[in-house]
Amino acid sequence: MAVTRTSLTGWGRTNPSAAELVELFRSELPAALKEVDDRGALVRGLGRSYGDAAQNGGGLVIRLMGSATDALLDREAGTVTVSAGASLDELLRYIVPRGFFVPVTPGTRFVTIGGAIASDIHGKNHHFDGSFGKHVLRMSLQLADGSVAEIGPDRDPELFWATIGGMGLTGIVLDATIRLLRVETSRMAVDTHRLPDLDTLMDTMADGDDDAHRYSVAWIDLAAKGSQLGRSVLTRGDHARFEQLPAKHQSDPLSYGPEQLVSVPPIIPRPGLLNHVTVAAFNELWFRKAPKRKIGGIESISSFFHPLDMVGQWARFYGKPGLVQYQLVVPFGQEDAMRRIVERVSASGAASFLAVLKRFGAGNEAPLSFPQPGWTLALDMPGGAPGLGKLLHGLDDMVLEAGGRNYFAKDAHTVPETIRRGYPRLAEWQAVRRRVDPHEVWQSDLGRRLHLAGD
Amino acid sequence: MDNAFGEPQNIVVLGGTSEIGLAIAHHLVSPVTRSIVLACRDLAKGEQAAAALRSDTVEVSVVSFDAADTASHERVIGDIVEAHGDLDVVVLAFGQLGNGEATGADVAEAAALAHVNFTGAISASVAVANRLRKQGHGTLVVLSSVAGERVRKANFVYGATKAGLDGFAQGLGDSLEGTGARVLVVRPGFVHSAMTKGMKAAPFATTPDKVADVTVQGLRRGNRTVWAPGILRFVFSALRHVPGPIWRKLPLG
Ligand SMILES: Cc1cc2nc3c(=O)[nH]c(=O)nc-3n(C[C@H](O)[C@H](O)[C@H](O)COP(=O)(O)OP(=O)(O)OC[C@H]3O[C@@H](n4cnc5c(N)ncnc54)[C@H](O)[C@@H]3O)c2cc1C
Ligand SMILES: NC(=O)c1ccc[n+]([C@@H]2O[C@H](COP(=O)([O-])OP(=O)(O)OC[C@H]3O[C@@H](n4cnc5c(N)ncnc54)[C@H](OP(=O)(O)O)[C@@H]3O)[C@@H](O)[C@H]2O)c1
Repeated sequence: MAVTRTSLTGWGRTNPSAAELVELFRSELPAALKEVDDRGALVRGLGRSYGDAAQNGGGLVIRLMGSATDALLDREAGTVTVSAGASLDELLRYIVPRGFFVPVTPGTRFVTIGGAIASDIHGKNHHFDGSFGKHVLRMSLQLADGSVAEIGPDRDPELFWATIGGMGLTGIVLDATIRLLRVETSRMAVDTHRLPDLDTLMDTMADGDDDAHRYSVAWIDLAAKGSQLGRSVLTRGDHARFEQLPAKHQSDPLSYGPEQLVSVPPIIPRPGLLNHVTVAAFNELWFRKAPKRKIGGIESISSFFHPLDMVGQWARFYGKPGLVQYQLVVPFGQEDAMRRIVERVSASGAASFLAVLKRFGAGNEAPLSFPQPGWTLALDMPGGAPGLGKLLHGLDDMVLEAGGRNYFAKDAHTVPETIRRGYPRLAEWQAVRRRVDPHEVWQSDLGRRLHLAGD
Repeated sequence: MDNAFGEPQNIVVLGGTSEIGLAIAHHLVSPVTRSIVLACRDLAKGEQAAAALRSDTVEVSVVSFDAADTASHERVIGDIVEAHGDLDVVVLAFGQLGNGEATGADVAEAAALAHVNFTGAISASVAVANRLRKQGHGTLVVLSSVAGERVRKANFVYGATKAGLDGFAQGLGDSLEGTGARVLVVRPGFVHSAMTKGMKAAPFATTPDKVADVTVQGLRRGNRTVWAPGILRFVFSALRHVPGPIWRKLPLG
């Protein structure tokens, strides 16, 4: 097999490690696994996790070949069976024109099905539809010993749920059958509200209206201080029905062709381009641009779900130190804790370009799944911001204190103890892992850093 | 594995009683630090230093290490990895200054010093680099010295070993390119430490703390070389070209 040692990072471009990178078809996996040494093997999707989840320093990193061209769409059942190496981008291009949508999409469509399962990703519809794993009906899993397991909620459910949110450490998902959502159009009907502060925002989101919309998320301006702290733009939406479309779109209601505009060149922008001043200015613009209140605006799927995808490699804006994402959840009833967290981030001056607040609905059976009922906040911060390490370690304490936790797919900084407190079912997951991977073939930098496999 | 802020989990100091090495360890400690290993020949002194670093979350161990015993290096490094896992930052801090021009006139003393500072440093570095290459990440910090930039008569054996070590470390760093492992060469000027105790300070003298500061910054930025203090980089780029007759008369200590 053609292996090349390659330096890999996550989307945040922070802590690299080098691994033997190889692209393999599923039929080639068993032979490749025989040659794995003590540094182990890991499958990597499109590298959209921010930290070191898809890295395995010194070991083997496998890109699973596969695309949506051989996806099997069952129109009657409303399901699709697709290779785990395929991306949501490809899948959407295939299913949207046929009147279907993925059950959950993250803020980028450039993730693989395997990555979506391994992180048990959530979208703007979590309060309504739950996370990705809930919509997986079955999957086949390449095990460390070379065999393939067929698993589902009713077939080896322990392994099934350990694989959902399992960060690639139970095996390689080869293909999966996923329940889809039927849509009449490829457009979104969107309501937008501008809200003056955090309390008003959380009150508005909690008042029950949120549940009337499939999708809901708020963008918070963390550069605003004092009485404006937490001023925000709340967007809620649903898939537009045919009659909601303007006449000109009705002739082709399911047309879908997202374009990528530009890619940030690899030339690094001047260091410090993203600082508190530029971010504050940007946020000011964004906030003012949003209407105070607008109901039923029609938007495309990409502008509603994947606006960042329009700017290709935008993470490069952050230059050499990269960017760090921090995503936390605190249970309902901990609104005060959320306010203190927002205050602390805002006071730190660590410029946060994007801060996103959303309400999570019920969690699922997966022991390492991130979402739990409550409030989730995601922050983007330049990796080079002074004092950022201290800030995030401090936030960890506040989050744990409030009974919350942070998200593996975004993590690049925390410590094993934090995970043990935030994910009390870790031991249960470890037991399943020991059963299917006693020789610790599956390894990742994230796993080693957070001692996921051991104590 | 370092985290996104370059905060290492596992730190090793070879020459674990060195004041500069210990200062670097202190500066590297963060909430993610799991273990620090002080590898030194004077275990009692090592234990004293360990006590100052130890905390509820940081395990500090002292292991026996003699730079002169090159045959043991691979085993010592292997044992550390066995006990603590991947090496994130290894600081090569041991070194001997010798006794000035007297060392340069004593066959046994000169050879012994070269053996520790040069042969021992190379042997330990190779043992570390092999591990870093295998794990695909990690940084070796090599304490070179401005004394190697242009060797002075006052400590020419020492200066020569540092010149050689510096060249070796740069080449090692280049050879590790693409493997995920890195080398950071640190070039301090005169540092107030046990090594220079009682000596007259040279211009731009600094402290172990300041050297540690510069080193940690260099680690976070992914530099290949740092000078401490930074200005010495410019001073030495001028001194390198000073004609010999003048160089020999300069009051550089
Ligand atoms: C702009 C942006 C917005 C985002 N928005 C959201 C969001 O709204 N909600 C959300 O939940 N996440 C979000 N994410 C995170 C992203 O959805 C997850 O990190 C996702 O896992 C990335 O998928 P990937 O294919 O790139 O996987 P990678 O990042 O390459 O890998 C992630 C993990 O999945 C494992 N994995 C990959 N393929 C397989 C497989 N076939 N079998 C088993 N394990 C596998 C890897 O081993 C690794 O542990 C966002 C990321 C970006 C960059
Ligand atoms: N101080 C300066 O002005 C200066 C300037 C530039 C560069 N440097 C370099 O920085 C490094 C650290 O020096 P320092 O200032 O911290 O001085 P230091 O405190 O004297 O440290 C030197 C260390 O080397 C150890 N050592 C000597 N021989 C050894 C051997 N055979 N095996 C194992 N360890 C051995 C010593 O251990 P013992 O305690 O057992 O003797 C001591 O801990 C050295 O490489 C030095 O050359 C120093």
